[in-house]
Order: sequence, then C-alpha cells, then structure tokens
Amino acid sequence: MTATSLRRRALKTSSIALGLALALSAPATAADLVISNWDGYMALDAMAAFKTATGVSGEVVVHATNEEIMGKLIAAGGKGYDVVFVSSPFAEVLNKLGLTEPIDHAKIPNLANLYPEAAKLPHDVGNAFSVPYTWGTTGLCYRSDLMKVAPASWSDLLAPSDELKGKTTMLATDRWLLAAGQLDKGYSVNETDPAKMAEVKDLLISAKKTLLAYDDTTFYSKLVSGEALMVQAWDGWCNYGIAEKPEIKYVIPKEGSDLWVDTMVVMKASANKDAAFQFINFMLDAKNHAWAAQNIDYKVPNKPAMESLPADFLAKFPNMAMPVADLVKFEQLRDVGDAQRDYSKIVSEIKAAQ
Amino acid sequence: MAERSPGTRRTLWFVLSLVFAFLYIPIAVLVALSFNEGGLPTAWSGFSLKWYASLAGNSAILSAALNTLIVALVSTAIATLLGTLLAIGIEMRRQYGKALEALIFAPMIIPDIVLAIALLSFFSMLNLTMGLHTIILAHVVFNLAFVCSVVRARLKSFDWSIVEASADLGASALTTFRRVTLPVIAPAVIAGALLAFTLSVDEFIIAFFTAGAGRASTTLPMQIYAMIRFGITPEINALATIVMAVSITALTLSQRLNRGIIGQ
Amino acid sequence: MAPALAWLAALMVVPCALVLALAFFRRGIYGGIEYTFTLENFGLVFDPLYAGIFLNSARIAGTATLIAVVIGYAAAYAISAAPRRWQPVFLFFAVLPFWSNYLIRTYAWIVLLNREGLITQLLRWFGYTGEPPSMLYTEGAVIAGLVYNYLPFVILACYAPLSRLNPELAEASRDLGASAATTFRRVVLPLTVPGIAAGAVFVFVLSIGNFVTPALLGGGRFQMIGNLVYDQFLTANDWPFGAALAMALIAIMLLVLTAQALAANRASGHVTQAGGNTDG
Repeated sequence: MTATSLRRRALKTSSIALGLALALSAPATAADLVISNWDGYMALDAMAAFKTATGVSGEVVVHATNEEIMGKLIAAGGKGYDVVFVSSPFAEVLNKLGLTEPIDHAKIPNLANLYPEAAKLPHDVGNAFSVPYTWGTTGLCYRSDLMKVAPASWSDLLAPSDELKGKTTMLATDRWLLAAGQLDKGYSVNETDPAKMAEVKDLLISAKKTLLAYDDTTFYSKLVSGEALMVQAWDGWCNYGIAEKPEIKYVIPKEGSDLWVDTMVVMKASANKDAAFQFINFMLDAKNHAWAAQNIDYKVPNKPAMESLPADFLAKFPNMAMPVADLVKFEQLRDVGDAQRDYSKIVSEIKAAQ
Repeated sequence: MAERSPGTRRTLWFVLSLVFAFLYIPIAVLVALSFNEGGLPTAWSGFSLKWYASLAGNSAILSAALNTLIVALVSTAIATLLGTLLAIGIEMRRQYGKALEALIFAPMIIPDIVLAIALLSFFSMLNLTMGLHTIILAHVVFNLAFVCSVVRARLKSFDWSIVEASADLGASALTTFRRVTLPVIAPAVIAGALLAFTLSVDEFIIAFFTAGAGRASTTLPMQIYAMIRFGITPEINALATIVMAVSITALTLSQRLNRGIIGQ
Repeated sequence: MAPALAWLAALMVVPCALVLALAFFRRGIYGGIEYTFTLENFGLVFDPLYAGIFLNSARIAGTATLIAVVIGYAAAYAISAAPRRWQPVFLFFAVLPFWSNYLIRTYAWIVLLNREGLITQLLRWFGYTGEPPSMLYTEGAVIAGLVYNYLPFVILACYAPLSRLNPELAEASRDLGASAATTFRRVVLPLTVPGIAAGAVFVFVLSIGNFVTPALLGGGRFQMIGNLVYDQFLTANDWPFGAALAMALIAIMLLVLTAQALAANRASGHVTQAGGNTDG
C-alpha cells in the first residue's frame, strides 16, 4: 500500500529529525561548575578570577528569588547545579530533603576567616551543610527628603500615615512578609500558634489596603523614582537605593528585625564536589569577600574582610558598620516544617484579600 | 456599504481609529523610547542607538537569543514535518473521530500553565535532566497542532482522486507526494511553519517550567521576564523593538504565502 | 500520522494524566509527594479561600472578556463596513500586535501606567500639578493588560461572521420597516453570535489561567488561579494541590467550551431560520 510506505518513511524521517533535535540541543558541556546566585550578588569577573586561581571553569546562573531556585532544585532533585546561594531557612529545607552535601571543612581552610558567631548560627551550628555568605537585617528603607517624620516602628509601615498611603511596598516572599507582622505584634518570627498567626494575618490584610505593591525585586528602584516613599527592605538592597540617592535612609524598627543569612550550599547531585568546595573557599578569601561587601553593599560574616572596609564606605552606608554582637541578637528565620503549609495558606489569604 | 449615512461612516472610522490607537500606542512608545538617549519615559534627550549597542554587548541576552533560535528552528522543523503528515493522514482517510479532533485541538486551547506544570511533573518523574531539549519537546506539542490545522484547512479543498490517479499511473507514494500533494499544500506548510516559529519564539510559560539550569537553557522570553522583574532597564525597549520586528516579519511572510491564514 | 499522535500522547496526554493522578496524593512535609490516596486536595479547591480566588479570577477574567468583546466587536464591525479592498489590510494590522511578544506588550503598560510613567508625564506636561494618579498595580491595570493582549483575537473571531453576513439581509429587514437598531439586534447580532462566543471563550480561558499579567501589572496584590497554580508548584512546593487546581482550571475550560458549543448551535438554528425568511 502506498499510504503505508509513506507512513513508514515518515516515521523514519521524523525519528531522524528527533535525533537531530536532541543532538543539537544537548546541553553544552562547557563549565565544570554551575553556580546559582542572585543577580548582582557576586563579582562579575569572579569566575574568571576563580579560573585563573584554580584552573576550574564555572558558570554563574541567576535566580530571582529563593522560591524560584527551590522549585527548580526540588523538581530536578538538585541536578544541574553544584553550588547554590539560598537563604538559611531554604538551606535547612534542602538539607532535610537530603539534597545537600555535608561541608568538608578540611577543603575550605578559609572558614577560619568567619566570625565565631557565624559558625554558631542556630540554623546550622558548626556549618555542617551551609556556609554563610552574607547576613543582615530586614527593616524600613525610606525617602528622608519626602517624608515629614522618620519611621521608627513596623506600625509606620503596617498602619501608615495618610502621606504614605499607596506609597509603600512589602516583600512578597512568604517568610519576610509574615515577619513584618510577627515583629510588630512582638511575636517570634517563627511563631506558629494559630491564634497568634490569625492576628498577624488580620494585621497584614489591613496593611495590604495601603500598599502600592508586594515587591521583592524592584522596591529600591521604586524609591529612587519616587513611586514609593517607604519599603520593607533587606539592608543591603536598601544600600543600592542609598548609592543612587543619598536621601534614602535605612532604619531597623524598634520592635526589631530578623537576622537573615544567605548561605552557600553544595548539592549532593554535584559531580564536582571538590571544585565546589574550592569555589566556596575562594569566595571566603578575605580579599574576595571584602570585594563582595564593598560592591554588593551587604555585610559579610568574614572578620578580616569586614575589618578591611574603608571608613568612607562605612560612613556612606551606616548599616554596614553594625557590630556583629548587635546583629546576632536578632532571631533567625527557621524552617518551620509542617507549619510552612499554614504559612503558605495565610499568605494566600492575604494576597487574595480584597 | 455605500448606502451608509455619512454620520454612521464617521462613527465607524472613529471607532477604528480609537481601536488602532489603543493597539499601537503602547508599542510605539517602546519603539520611540528605544531610540531615546536617556532611555527613560520622563524626557526626550536626543536620538541615540546606544541601547542597541549595549544590547549587542550583553552576552546574557545574546546567548538567550541564540537559545530561542535553536528552540524555535528545531521545534518548528519537527512540528512542520509531523503536523503536515498528520494533516494528510486525517484528510486522506477522512476519519474525523471526536477523540482525534479533541486530541489535536487540545494543545491549542489547554491553558499554558497546565501544560507547563504537566510537563514539569512528567520530566521530573522520569528524572530527565531538563534543558533546551525538554523545551523543544514541549514546544513541538502545540506547534504541531497549529501546523496541522493550517495544512488541514488547505487540504479540505484538495481533490484526492489525483493522488489515486497518480498511483494508478505507477508513481510511487513518494513521487506522488512530491509531485502532486506537496505543490498544492506547500504554501500552507510554509505558513504553518512560520506560525509555529513565531509562537515558539514568543512562548514563555512552558519554556520557563521546562527549562534546565542556567544560561544554557534560558530563552529570550525568560530573559525578558527576568529583566522586567529586576526593574526597568532601557535595554528592554531596544530588545522589544527587535523582537517585534522579527515576529512581524515572520507573520507578514506567512500572510503573503497563505493569504487569509489569520482569517481562518 | 502515527509519529504525530505518539508525540501528542507522550507529551500531552500522559503528562496531563499524571497531573490528574498527582491530585489524589498528599504533599510530603518538605514538598515531596506522599503516595497515599486522598481526596483532600479537591476538597481544598472548594475551601472558601480558594473558591474565593476562583470566583475573583472569574470576575476579573469576565470583566476583561466583556470589555474585549465590546471593543473587539465594534472594531470588527467597523472593519467589515470598510471598503472591501481595505478590509484585509485593517484586519492584518488589527491582528499584528498579537504576534509580538506577550511579555513585551505587558511591559509596555508598566511604562505607561506607573506613577512616574508616561501618562503622569503627559498630565504634568499639560499643567497638572496634583498628586500623580496611581494606575499601576490596580485591578484596572490587570484588566487593561488582559484586554490589550487578547483584543486582536476577538476582532478576528467577530470579523469572520460579520464579513460573511449577506448585506441583503439587513436591507430586507430595513425594507420591512425595521429600524437600524432593531435590524442589528434581531438580524446582525444573532448571526454573529458564534464569532462572539469563540472570541469570548478565548479571552476568558486565557485570562483566568494567566499568571504573568497579575504578577507584572497587579504588583502581587491580585491573586488569580494562574498565580495560585504557579505558587503551588514553584513556591509552596505542594504539587498535589497545584495539580488539583490545574484540574479545576481544565474543568472550567471544558464548561466554558460546552457553553460556547451550545451558543453556536442555537445561533446556527437562527441562521437557517433567518435565511429561510429572506428566501421566502
């Protein structure tokens, strides 16, 4: 039959096409290491410098948020990545899922540069599965030139004065959004008691009505353009705004902040773990880590690096000079296990509220 | 409709101008801004091509553009081949089973997000390493359906007796296909391919969910999404202008080859 | 035929069946899937919170659909009334924006609407000095974005039956003494219902499952089903619940398609009737 032979030929052609397609699109095996980090969170030439120093080539890919990279890591079982930068509660989850490789301290001599406090962080005492890269606080970032009264409390954000209505933003990411309400109420940032969380929810729903937007990627540019006057912000990201407009200021509300820690973890699925540890060691080098602090404007938990920062830099970004002892007084966000489900539901309720 | 009153005609022209203004002003603004030295919508600071130059020096965007091109070309090639054969198969036998119709119609109507998560779950369960190849596999699904429907529309008026005649005269199936069927459907096949190419170049959601780690499988729409999320950089305007020019060229070509395809 | 059908079966039917199956399992504590049969994910879809999000999405999508249909129909009508040789040109340009990148078209609205954006600048240029209006990150912005993106398809869908409309029908109606309004309502509109229905279904289905537009133009303040599905898969890591939501989305789509088929059937009844009347 003519039709059958045509079909058979078609089948053959299409399988050739498929083979060709797969061959063409097979991932280029260029780099030895794949590192995922937030955009602009490390030196652009870090990989080139790393290659010069060690002979290992690496590729940096960027993720916009913790959630985005978590989704990808969990979907793919961590395959495709060697070193990933995530905030500490997410590192905890990766560890509990068995996706992280234990940190081999012998291969990272520069761990000695860390402040002693940075080796005793509650989320991972002794740096068993994560190495802190940056740390800091979450507070209010505002336009001092356009506001009559400087903010001092989380309530200034959650129940803003009339001049601020429609001109504030809050972080969109579950944990930090909830933390603003938890801190304002005087609760732990890991509070899971249903009655207390219901109060937090109501507070955040009423705050929603006064918000311009939920935003955890472009809030500082909204401040610079004047679209927003006050935003909930991580200290370092507020510094980006300060760099562009000195009238922007940062304050930790009187009720306190969380101690956030962004960490580096090595994936168990990595085929090149030694190089991954080498990379972490490279990042912890005092000079490299100081470069990071000065260029991404975030505090780093590296003693010699912090001590090398110039005075004018610290004067420009006052929050960079915060003493470590003050910083570690704040409570870290921790993985809350099964209660994360309730957190997600509360956040859905807040975001769905009219 | 010459008998319409001048008043009615004026109203209709007015409606048409408003609609076209609504459709084109936002696009025109981006194109204009892409040539604005300052890059901001706040003020015109002089004509400049610097955003195009900085685009040309942005390796992330260039590699994303290359990835998009690979995905679009390969998925279009496969989809054109498979979609055309499917169209011929269906129209030649004239079996329009309900299930079959639904199967072919589904990729065109199923919400992107559903197909995206379905493929993500599927690839993840198979423990497949995701990358450009998984995006291609996914794009062929909807491209194939579009090519098939364009080619089928052309085949509806095809006289199958000439195929039989050709076979009776001793031509092989392949010769018949090449000499009889293909010339008739060629414009539709090319139009379908261009359509598929355009769809694939612009597709974001499914690519976002089925892409693998890093730059190696970041497509242009994914790059654009990241750029928008990270604030407004004037480079986006230049990129937008180029992407639109490419899509518009492809659509214009497709329209010329297969008059009225968009009307089907 | 076989390779194409195999492709669709392997990469559409099987994955969709997998999603359906996922919906019957339970989420593990850390996002994995616990393989114990449960119906609770479907129950959760009807939880007041999530049902509310469904209704709200339907309301936003419905409003966008209504506006798109009104504008799109008017545009299609105007095109079909233009001189014959211009019609394809108008139609082509009406559809052209639809083929440019969706994200870019959405981004254009951020440029237009933000507080320091183009519209504010224009207002200031005209001498407005007051507080700039807040237009971005509102429900209106989300709806405008949806209408803008999907309008071309409505124009296309409505144009098809309008262009096929026999002008003699309207003429006959007027000869019989019907006013222009009556003619439109009793003759033109019923004959073009299939086009309207097709356009409306398209806008509604794409809007209700959309997550990009609410994310970019709504500033995260408007939760639609698309966002919810996205969140379950990429943020909350609750795949089973996300799968149940996706299935609910498919159910809504099927419902809407059935309604469209019914509307088209009824309308085709009208057509034969109307045709018969003019013949006689």
